[in-house]
This record gives sequence, structure tokens and C-alpha cells, in this order.
Amino acid sequence: MSSRTPSPQTRARRSRGAARLAEMAGGSLWAILIKIVLLGLVDALGIYAMFMLAAQHNWIVFAILAAALVAINYVYFSKRTLAMKYLTPGLIFLLVFQVFVIGYTGYISFTNYGSGHNSTKEDAITALMQSAQERVPDSSTYALTVVRDGGDFGFLVTDPKGEVSYGTAEHPLERVTDATMTGDKATALPGKESLNFTDIVDNQKAIVDLQVPISDDPNDGSLRTPDGSSAFLYLSSLHYDARADTMTDTKTGTVYSDTGVGAFAAPDGKQLKPGWSIGVGFDNYVKAITDDGIRGPLIGVTIWTFVFALLSVLTTFALGLFLAIVFNDMRMRGRAFYRVLIILPYAFPSFLGALVWAGLLNRDFGFINLELFGGAHIPWLTDAFLGKVSILFVNLWLGFPYMFLVCMGALQSIPDDVQEAAKMDGANPFQIFKKIKLPLLLVSVAPLLISSFAFNFNNFNLVYMLTGGGPRDASASINVGGTDILISMVYKVAFVGADRDYGLASAFSILIFIVVAIIAIVSFRQTKALEELN
Amino acid sequence: MKVTKKRVLLTGAALTALALGLSGCSASSETPDAGSAKNTLTVWVDADRAPVLKEAAAEFEKSSGVHVKLVQKDFGSILDQFIAQVPSGKGPDITIGAHDWIGNFVQNGVIQPVELGDKAAGFEKIATDAVTYQGKTYAVPYSIENIALLRNTALAPTAPTSYDDMIATGKAAGSANPFLIQLGPQADPYHLYPFQSSFDNPVFGRNADGSYNADDLTIGNEGGTRFANWLAQQGKEGNLNISITADIAKEKFNSGESPFLITGPWNVPDAEKAGIKLAVDPIPSAGGAPAQPFVGVQGFFISSKTANPLAANEFLTNYLATEKVQTALFEKGGRAPALTASFNAAASNPIVKAFGDVGRNGVPMPSVPAMGKVWQFWGVTQAAIISGEGDPTALWTKMTADIAAAIKG
Repeated sequence: MSSRTPSPQTRARRSRGAARLAEMAGGSLWAILIKIVLLGLVDALGIYAMFMLAAQHNWIVFAILAAALVAINYVYFSKRTLAMKYLTPGLIFLLVFQVFVIGYTGYISFTNYGSGHNSTKEDAITALMQSAQERVPDSSTYALTVVRDGGDFGFLVTDPKGEVSYGTAEHPLERVTDATMTGDKATALPGKESLNFTDIVDNQKAIVDLQVPISDDPNDGSLRTPDGSSAFLYLSSLHYDARADTMTDTKTGTVYSDTGVGAFAAPDGKQLKPGWSIGVGFDNYVKAITDDGIRGPLIGVTIWTFVFALLSVLTTFALGLFLAIVFNDMRMRGRAFYRVLIILPYAFPSFLGALVWAGLLNRDFGFINLELFGGAHIPWLTDAFLGKVSILFVNLWLGFPYMFLVCMGALQSIPDDVQEAAKMDGANPFQIFKKIKLPLLLVSVAPLLISSFAFNFNNFNLVYMLTGGGPRDASASINVGGTDILISMVYKVAFVGADRDYGLASAFSILIFIVVAIIAIVSFRQTKALEELN
Repeated sequence: MKVTKKRVLLTGAALTALALGLSGCSASSETPDAGSAKNTLTVWVDADRAPVLKEAAAEFEKSSGVHVKLVQKDFGSILDQFIAQVPSGKGPDITIGAHDWIGNFVQNGVIQPVELGDKAAGFEKIATDAVTYQGKTYAVPYSIENIALLRNTALAPTAPTSYDDMIATGKAAGSANPFLIQLGPQADPYHLYPFQSSFDNPVFGRNADGSYNADDLTIGNEGGTRFANWLAQQGKEGNLNISITADIAKEKFNSGESPFLITGPWNVPDAEKAGIKLAVDPIPSAGGAPAQPFVGVQGFFISSKTANPLAANEFLTNYLATEKVQTALFEKGGRAPALTASFNAAASNPIVKAFGDVGRNGVPMPSVPAMGKVWQFWGVTQAAIISGEGDPTALWTKMTADIAAAIKG
């Protein structure tokens, strides 16, 4: 509002809406314009997305998006929602990146979504029928011209002997004599339109689905074309009865029906794959706790996960803090140079670091054994206990620079006069550190320690890259090794080979989320108490 | 500033126009897209194959009028992404892939059979065998890949006549490792398989038509026990060492430390760059029977949900299964072509020919989904046996039981 206070007269002439708009913008014309353009962009994108969603008949997301748009516009055009104006962007990100992800994971954990159950029943039936088409062994290739008779398509075929026949889906193949021949191939039939490749491509779905029986007996098979220019004789090994909702194996006569397991199943329990995705209630959670492959190692792995996360935080914090105190001392020369050196491991991508360390720690050819231990064969990664030590050590190397940075910042923010006052009162350096610096430091650093704990609790990269969870005991029947933490165990249990059990993996993720959330909440409460002390 | 009613109206109008304009123009630009999507083939392809396919696609586009859209993907991530995206309707019409994914693809219903018709005879038999699953062909193959014995001719002028001969030559060359094979903490069943197969110890039995029978687990047969004991013996003698990872094996061979390396064509360029004079030989048998490596075949698959089944099939069988394209793919990627005509042309390169000859005598990597349950126990057990942790026969028997239980679910 270019700093000119408007006179009462002009004010009177304004509509209330305009005044509100102007005040809300808090001033200048530019602010209001930018706001309108930005909101316009948001609205435009939102409306565009709504068009797309409407086209896909995705009404749930459509409704959510519409409500969100209305809410956003209300928040930014209303006068009464000052706090919300600041909170809204953050809330949106929270919803999209946290709440939605957790909600969706939760939803997946109640389904059997995964290998063999990754789509709808309709898709499963289509795929089953597609793969059931078997070319009759040693049957000949027919030269094909696709023709159109009114709205229907038909096959005009020439067999290798030169005999010409015509048929449609309803009328089995029949010999014809009045076809126009081009070379050895019949290319046209009177009264019917022959299709060229472009026409065929335009109608390809219908033409590929077209089955022309070669005789009145359906067991003789039918002609189909994969490319529009040649036809082959196929028999289907499965028959789908839409009314009874059953699949019948045409060779063995076995009837597979939908028994509620998300696949067509025979009476003996054998399932046809692919199946489809269905809700399975709490099955995944039950399996996560009772499955033999999981229950056995679960306790050991859980304890190690806590030990790993806790020790990782403590060791990195201790080393980082120690270095920060040392480098914070004014008497130290070349501090800037050392600081850069210390931060280097932090600049290294963690899984690259883990891979390099895996090489350095190799039993027979690693640098550590060859150069530092005089060619000893210490099984740093292939022994269950040493593997744990190695993981903690490498994580220390990867993690202390972060703690160093954090502690450095926190230390510098502690005013010197507090320290001086303590000195005047006769405290020795250790007392100053323990009684004054550390508590002050913890107030600002504690939340970071908690998040660091949560991060290490799920530090999949390091475990996977350094030891792969190993070493494994070959005499145990389970695919879990000595250094596996919960998240890497989940990965192994839910993703065996190329099998993907997303439902089970999601159930585990939710369980781990609950554990980490509880720990975080309790710890944050503690931190608050710390704050009040000061 | 004067906020007049007019101005407010104006900005309001501008806002609405902007919103409508943005959504409108994007909507209108969407319409032709949706229309032409019917005649657009989307193909997932990895970086090495993309330039070759670009030419074939241009030719196909000219003669058929169907637009081919190539989407570049990281080969390793295609399997999971394809299975996840096809059901959503957002997947491609065609994807590149490896033949051992077929079992998984079929189990998830994301691919459909491809009719090679009379063209099938033009491919190497091992290639068509590999892409056949439950009696149906599921891919148009383009390359064959397998491991063989790489020999440093400066250290070993002639091909080893037997396994013992190889060890003797290696020791005579003064290496602590008579031959190199990549293992690691969980061993490497793929690289060890030629030796295993030389003990008549395949993973699965095979049906009359050559396909694998997942119900017939043969890994625990009598040959398996002999192989397990052989592994323990070789581990004790130091010929096999699980500390030798892929990097270490390659590094030692390229520095001329050991005359032999069991590996695939992917390590040839670096060895040549390191100045090693190379020859490629069959892997010598350790157990009496022929040493057959697993053969991997790469090919193109058609999505089960494609809206362009005909165009996709036409593009694959008549534009990619040609000698010109297969030869071009070979020249770019260095893997032996699957089409016999191109294979013969490529065989003028002695190294390609030697790898190809070994591959012809190999066996396709099993593509049955049950194979996925084998790896997790296989390597760990081999590693334990090589490191001398327990009785080899007992460990192998235990592994067989574990695999059988895992397959049964």
C-alpha cells in the first residue's frame, strides 16, 4: 500500500471485499499480485489434476483434492486464519510425504499385494487366457489377409498347399473359390474389404483377440494372428467359465475356482498364477510374528538392532564431542585445516564408504589385515562378533563428522561469560564441562541424537553394503545373518530372490515405525524435562 | 495504490483465466496424445541398446506409421518396475529383459507369449530354449551371455587339457591362486556352476522338451555330495578362496598374477586394456561330466496389457529379429547375438566365437520362479564348505532340505 494512508473518503468508496483483500496482503500491490499469481498457479495445477482424475473416474482423490483446494483458498483469502497461513505449506508437505506414505503402507499391509498377486482379478483372467494359448505342435503357418465384412472382421487364409478358406468368429473356416489371388496368397474376397497394415493397426486389439475356429469342433482349435499377416492354429489349455467363475484345465479337467485366496485354486490347493490382490486382514501381522523363519532370529536381531543404534549414536557423539572440544580450543593451530579433514567422511556417500571399507576389511587381501596387522587373516566381516564390531567401527567413521559439526555449533553458542563465571567460582575444567557445558549442549543436541538413533535403527545401506547382513550360519535354515538389523531382515524375509511380498514388508515397516515412534516420543519427553532444568 | 472494485474484478478474472488457461491448454494438449497413444509403441530399453533401437524404430515408423517411443531404463531395475507398472496400465508395450525373469513375469501375468512362427528356426537353439517357458515362447531373444575360461597366453600358452592341468599350469606360473574365480562371503554359485555341473549335479531336472521341472529338485543327488567334498578339498588346498571378490579376481588377472580367470565377456575389454594377451577356452571339467555354464539370454518382452499387440509383435519379429539389427546390437553391446546369421558373422572375432561355443554347450539359467528360492541357501552353503566350516556332505544335505522346504512354502 505504498505507505500512503488512504483518506476516509476513499475508504468509503471501496467495497469491503477489496479492502479485505488489500489488508490481508499486508500492504503493497506487488505482494497482492504475487499472491494472486501463486495462488492462481496452485489452483490451476489443482484444477488440471482434477480434470485428469475425473477422466480416470478416481473420485476419492478428486474429492480430497477439491477439499484441499477450497481449504487453501480459504486460508489465504480469509482474514481470520493468520496462523494457518504460515502452517499450511508445512502441513501439506507433512500430509503428502509423511501421513500419506504411512497410511498407504498401512493399507498395503492389510493386502496380499506382491509377486503373483499384483493386480486385479480381471487382469489375472486376461493374463491367464493369454498364456493359455498353445500353438498346436507342427501345425502350419497360414498366409493371412484380414478382411472386414460390415462391422465384423474375418480371416482370409491360404494354407501351405494353396487352398484358400474364409472364416469369422461365428463361422468356422470354409473353402472359398472366388478369392482374388496375388501370387500364392489370397488377398481379396468379393463384397468384403481387405485391410491394409494401417487399418489393421487401428483395429489391432479386435483383430488380435479374434479367434476363427477351423472346424465345428472347438477342440480342433482356432486360428489367431499375432501380426496381421500370418495366422497360426492355437488350442487353449484353459477354459474360463464366466458364470461359474471357474477356470478349467482342458487337458486334465481340473477345475480351479475363486476360493477367496486371491487366485484360482484347485480342490487340492494348487493355485493358478497370476492371482490378484485382495485384502487379507491381519494375516501379514500374524505371519510377521509367528513365521518360523522370522520368530527364531527375531529376538536376537531386535536386541542387536537396539545395541547397534544405541552404540552408534553414543560412539559417534562421544568422538564428535571430544574433537569439537579439542578444536574449539583457541590454542590449537591450523584448526580450519583440521576441521575440513574431519568433515571429509561426511562428504562421502555412505554406501560408497561402506563398499570401500568392505574392501579394506577383506580377510586375505584387505589393507587392514595386510598392512596394519602384518598379513594376519582376521575375519573382520566373516565372523559374527567381529562383523558387529566392524559395522560399529565403520559407522563411527561415517557418523562422527556429523556429530562433530553439531557439537561445534552448539559449543560456540554457549556464551563465554558462563564459563568465566564458573572459573571465578573455582570450578576446574572437568567440572565446567560436566556441570555447565554438557547440560547446555544437550538441550540443543538431544533432539538430534534422537533422530540419529531413529536413522541408525533403520540404517539399511550400511548393513547391506558392508556385510550384506552376514555372516550367515549355513547350518541354520534361515536367511538371516549375524549383523542383520530389523530392516535388513525384513528385506530378506519379504523379498526372497525375485519374489516380492509387499504386504508382509509393509506390515513389518508399520511395526518398526511403531517401535521407533514410541522411543522417539519418550525421548522427546525426557528432553523437555532437560530443558526445564535449565 | 488504489484498490478499486474494477481492479479486484480484473485480478479475479485474470486468476480465473490463468487457471482455466492452464488446465484448458493442458487438457487440450492431452487429447491428441490420448488419440495417438493408440498408435504409439512405448519400449523400455537400456542405455547400450537405445541407439541401435532408435534406427530400427525409425524404419518401422516409416513403413507402418506407428510411432515408437524409446524410454531409457537402468537394466537392473526393469524387472521390479515392469511388474509394478504393467498392472497399473502405465507400463510400456515392450521391454528389454533377461530370460530368467520369465517365470516371475508369467507368475505376475505381465507378459504375453510372442509368436516367432517360422523365424524361430533362425535363432540359436539355446536362445529359443531359454525364452521358452511352459512350452510357450515369451521373448524375441537378441543376445547370449555366459562365462568361460579366460587365459593369459603369456603365462599359459596352451589351453588346459583338464582341471589338474589347469592347476599345475597355474602353480607353475608362480601364482598363489592357480586360477581365479570370483567368490565372496556368500560364494558365487553362478560362477561355480560349471564345476558343479561337471559332477552331474544340476539344480532341477528337465522335462522331455528340455524345460526345467521345478518339482524335480536334483541339487541333492549323489553328484551333489561329490561336488561338496570337492569344494571342501579345493578350499583346503587354497584353489578356491571366498576372500576373492569380483574386484580382486579381476585385478589379479589383469596384473598378470594368475594365468586363468573364470568370467564372462564383460571383463574382456578391461583385460585387453591392461595389455593381457587373451584366449578363451572351455572351462575344464572337475567331476568327469562336461562343465556347462549357465547361459543368460537377453530379449524383448511384450506386455500383457499392451493396446498395440499387433504392432508390438510386428516390430519385434520383423524389425528387431533381423540380421542387421542383431549385428548392430552385438557391435554396440559385445554380447554374442542370438540370431544364428548374426552369430556367424560375429564369430569372426575369436573371443566372441570362443564364448559362443562354450555357451552353445551350456544350459539356460533356470527361469522357473522356484529358482529364486535356491540362491539364498546355495551360496552360503558353498562358502561354508569352501571355508571348511563343517562336514561338506552334511551341509549339502541340509541345504537341499532347506531349499525343498522353501520351494514348498
